[in-house]
Amino acid sequence: MAVISRGFTGRSREHNPELPPGQYLTADFPVLSAGPTPDIDTADWQFGIRKDDATLHTWTWDELHALPIEDIDTDIHCVTRWSKFGTSWRGVSLDTLFAGVEPSDEYVMAHSYGGYTTNVPLEDLLGGKAWIAFEFDGEPLDPEHGGPARLLIPHLYFWKSAKWIRSLEMMPSDEPGFWEQNGYNMYGDPWLEQRYW
Amino acid sequence: MTERETRDAPPHRVGLWHVGVVVSTNTETPTGRSIVLDVPGWGGNLAGQHADVRLTAPDGYQAVRSYSIASAGDGDRVELAVDRFPTGEVSPYLVDELQPGDELELRGPLGGWFVWRPSQTESVQLIGGGSGIVPLMAMIRSHTASGSTAPFRLLYSVRTPDDAFFRSELDTPNPHLDVTWLYTRRTPDGWPRPASRIALADIEASAFAASLAPAVFVCGPTGFVETVANDLVALGHDPQRVKTERFGGA
Repeated sequence: MAVISRGFTGRSREHNPELPPGQYLTADFPVLSAGPTPDIDTADWQFGIRKDDATLHTWTWDELHALPIEDIDTDIHCVTRWSKFGTSWRGVSLDTLFAGVEPSDEYVMAHSYGGYTTNVPLEDLLGGKAWIAFEFDGEPLDPEHGGPARLLIPHLYFWKSAKWIRSLEMMPSDEPGFWEQNGYNMYGDPWLEQRYW
Repeated sequence: MTERETRDAPPHRVGLWHVGVVVSTNTETPTGRSIVLDVPGWGGNLAGQHADVRLTAPDGYQAVRSYSIASAGDGDRVELAVDRFPTGEVSPYLVDELQPGDELELRGPLGGWFVWRPSQTESVQLIGGGSGIVPLMAMIRSHTASGSTAPFRLLYSVRTPDDAFFRSELDTPNPHLDVTWLYTRRTPDGWPRPASRIALADIEASAFAASLAPAVFVCGPTGFVETVANDLVALGHDPQRVKTERFGGA
């Protein structure tokens, strides 16, 4: 039973069914990163998918942009409790990238330029649920928001949408990534409030 | 060394909400104050961790926000320091309304990354902007309380002399802590450095050099942290040693 905080009435009282439990809406786009923002030249950029047998599929910046590009309009939810409705992105679906890659395992570790990692089940990347995104709101993605390209997995808390994405590595079992080793939930479903251990 | 200090990760007990009672509050700046709470069952936290704070209205409506903890160590006493976000829902209540004896709920401690442990021996560079001092203050207090001789330096950027949190504590002489104040809007009388935002030259002049491989903790508003972190990398600091915590919109 929660204690009553004397004198507290609250402001954001309107119930919105689109807002996951414990979230509040923001019009800003907060930046949360564990370290400095990497400086990545698109001429040097490369994205790869590595299978358990060490097979590596790679795409350069130009090769990625030669693939079908999708517009994505979606809500995003951060574990620190802000949600942002109706964000618009452009990017390439993971379905497209995995079209020529026979999956070897059920789990994936996302690796970023700068060393960040986060784990995701493969099935959460497929079926129109995830993208490599490089535009936000009609502009190239800002470096502090993960530019030149980030993973976008809107149905999970946003720490799963790894900024500065570099590769996806298939894994035979689920292993914790960076924040997952530092207190955050292994899966991160906003609707189930899977925030912490 | 306590058991918790030997862990790489925080303990598995963040799911519990604890009832905290306000022991005292202290006005720190025109927009911010510190709040000391007794939280039975809390059991202590590492320097740099944060807590979820939950407020409940009489009709059951709840709001939860995360705040950095200004205190560290074992025990059930927790100090928060909060800056009022004018359009916020929770911080105006914490800064303007909350009184000694009031109750609220806390969950945590949270976060196992932006932390300093007394077992660390390397030099530590702290760089804070505004209320970004809060987790850094916990590190300074943990450093002092543990008797650590690891060299600590702090660069603390505030708008004006009135906007400094923990001013008197930071002005207390400490042989293992070197504090450099930076002012962005108005300086004290006779201050040699004109009011301006932190720049690479400030970091170069006052912070530990990259060649010493210090642990670096940067906390403040997004723009501040972006600038400082980029400058640190430009000055040769290994990005892996630069830990950041940002708040506010981009």
